[in-house]
Amino acid sequence: MSITPEHPAALDRRTVLRRAAAVGMLATPAIGLLSACATSGDDGNNEQASGGTKSATNPLGVKEDAPIEVVIFNGGYGEKYATDVHEPLYKKAFPKSEVKHQATQAVSTVLQPRFASGNPPEFVNNSGEKFLDFGALVNDGQLQDLTELWDAPSVDDPSKKVRDTIIPGVVEQGMFSTADGQRKPFVLYYVSTVYGIWYSGKLFKDNGWTAPTTFDQFKALCEQIKAKGITPYGYAGANAAYYQWNVILSQAAKIGGPDVLKNIDNLEDGAWQQDAVKQAAEAWAEIGAKYSDKSFEGLKHTDVQLRQNQGKVAFYPSGDWLENEQKKDTPAGFTYQLMPVPSLTASDKLPATAIRAAGGEGYFVSSKSKNPRGGMEYMRQMLSKAGARGFTETVGAATVVPAGSEGFQFPPGVASAQAALKAAGKDVFNMLFDNWYKELDTEARTATNELMFGRIKADAFVERIQKRADAIKKDTSVTKFKR
Amino acid sequence: MRHGKYPFVIGFLFVPVALYVTFVIAPYAQAFQISMTNWRGLSAPQWVGFDNYRRLLDDGSFWKAVQHHGVLLLALPLITIAIALFFAFLLNVGGRSSGGQRQGVWGSKFYRVVFFFPQVLAVAIIAVLFQMVYRPNESGLINGVLMKLGFDPVLFLIRPNLALWSIIAVLIWQAVGFYVVLFSAGMASIPGEIYEAAEMDGATKVTLFFRVTLPLLWDTLQVAWVYLGIAAFDAFAIVAVLSVDSGGPDGATTVLAMEIYRNAFVYSKYGYASAMGVALFFLTLTFAALTLRLSKRESVEY
Repeated sequence: MSITPEHPAALDRRTVLRRAAAVGMLATPAIGLLSACATSGDDGNNEQASGGTKSATNPLGVKEDAPIEVVIFNGGYGEKYATDVHEPLYKKAFPKSEVKHQATQAVSTVLQPRFASGNPPEFVNNSGEKFLDFGALVNDGQLQDLTELWDAPSVDDPSKKVRDTIIPGVVEQGMFSTADGQRKPFVLYYVSTVYGIWYSGKLFKDNGWTAPTTFDQFKALCEQIKAKGITPYGYAGANAAYYQWNVILSQAAKIGGPDVLKNIDNLEDGAWQQDAVKQAAEAWAEIGAKYSDKSFEGLKHTDVQLRQNQGKVAFYPSGDWLENEQKKDTPAGFTYQLMPVPSLTASDKLPATAIRAAGGEGYFVSSKSKNPRGGMEYMRQMLSKAGARGFTETVGAATVVPAGSEGFQFPPGVASAQAALKAAGKDVFNMLFDNWYKELDTEARTATNELMFGRIKADAFVERIQKRADAIKKDTSVTKFKR
Repeated sequence: MRHGKYPFVIGFLFVPVALYVTFVIAPYAQAFQISMTNWRGLSAPQWVGFDNYRRLLDDGSFWKAVQHHGVLLLALPLITIAIALFFAFLLNVGGRSSGGQRQGVWGSKFYRVVFFFPQVLAVAIIAVLFQMVYRPNESGLINGVLMKLGFDPVLFLIRPNLALWSIIAVLIWQAVGFYVVLFSAGMASIPGEIYEAAEMDGATKVTLFFRVTLPLLWDTLQVAWVYLGIAAFDAFAIVAVLSVDSGGPDGATTVLAMEIYRNAFVYSKYGYASAMGVALFFLTLTFAALTLRLSKRESVEY
């Protein structure tokens, strides 16, 4: 699976909301159908499996012989992880239950009629180009509130809640506001994505360089790299400027704490003009001016990534899909390594190890299905150590359950990303504004190119993005999200 | 003929008119309707009157795009027609005359084919091709040579004041071939005797061009001007594929179609995008009407 900014659909497997805008056209008929269902009133299909008895092995009170239907998006991760790992796990826990499996490449095509007729499957992997719009599903009350799942004891350690076995922020990422204004967790994002700055372990070892943890070290190293005739730092301005605003905002989060990003996501007044953002922008503008190459603004992400593989660029910012994406072009022994964005000042609120991580690949349970408790239990099994481990072994990607990845032989890049995630501990942050407000993403990209290629200063950078954020806040046609 | 004349005509007209109404008129009408709403593609649209148009007035990207169309509108037809006319003249009547027949320059048959090549390529392919030509580093076609010779690379698509002209150059490169053929056809129908008579009176090639060819080609030129003008209101494919950051840097190459695309399919603001579409519709219409009126001139009968 290659994730490229040119194919937003592929990328957005990780950040599913973003696609809502892109496939708005496709989603339209879905909404028609859903609202048709909503207006047709209750279809009397609510003979839901009444709860079984709650017990230590069945904390969600699943009715033991109630069947469950699982729909998997047969895309980059295939369907094997479900048929070979998760479904057998469920079957083992509830031998009397029948697990019905279905895989599709067009989730909405297959499921729209099912939702419209009030007979949705229990468990859905809502992903791919034709995924169902999460917001619309929430508005129509189709999604099961997962609070009970997150508070249930985990499979491996009953003294720990499920929510405490996964990386921080993932539950929040799957939260949506309902029509009555409450925020509830509806979506499970299962695949882990870690963002940072990548370099070649081999290049660094050969030259005796080590990954810097402070900005001063970083600049000093850039100076050395430059002296070697290698471009120290670069990103692709033509189509991947958001890789760079991600770096700037990660820096801002380190300086001022994760609330800096929360304010930005929530469109708070002056969020972009917070000191932390301005400082981060200033610091990175200097890197752009001194240690990058003007021609990168005209290059695509694959061009710059290739140059890094060729040893012409030292540092490149991206997410941990990079290693897999560059598989074909990476010379043997290149050894992708990830480092978190280095600390800017000694008074940074977050330590140098803090990192941006998020979940991708959305799963939900249909509240109007016959056995929603079974669906939640299926998720609990997925989130067990065995479930996560099986997924990782089958598809080679890490899940949001760190215990499942422990000891697994990842390729060096993903392994270093996982190590960085582990080192970060609780200091994991994320941002969602680009999924929620595409316009703000566009403006941030443009402004980032202006800043990094020396046409504007940090003040103008934060000012122009703030202006757009204010405009979006005032625009009544844009649905607002909060976290 | 008198019997059943109308059913016959109506029978023939019905299908094309129905198709035209369904696939051309109705979507236009719908765009007008949607432009008055805040439709975002999902929930039912709400009527907002002229709000979208009011918002257009202080949308910087919109005015940038309009401004770029202004530049395109002047540069694209003028330069394309000038080059195409020059080539067509050389290909058809620029050479020596033999036996009273005007001839093109040596090798004109070959050039005629070569000039038409860009027209055969799909626009997207041309854009991808020029990505290679304009590439800002040593692997670019132009910059590779420049850098070998020790010059600094020219940042064609990156420097804000150069980017739009780099795009215009591609549009011209692509369009010239077609107009060479169009003008060639026009020139072929100019009787050779007129040239002969003028030459006998001692007219030079330059005089021939301005006093004979140009006036007799006026109708064709007018058509070319309208075509190129309408092309200047488009330019979407080249900008979308070729430019940096989709119409960048910082909107330096954006066009209306790019902004419509962005608002509709990236931001899901179908209402607002439709308002831009309606604005574009009127701009194009005004241009075509103006051109036809201003260039009205009695054609020469021959």
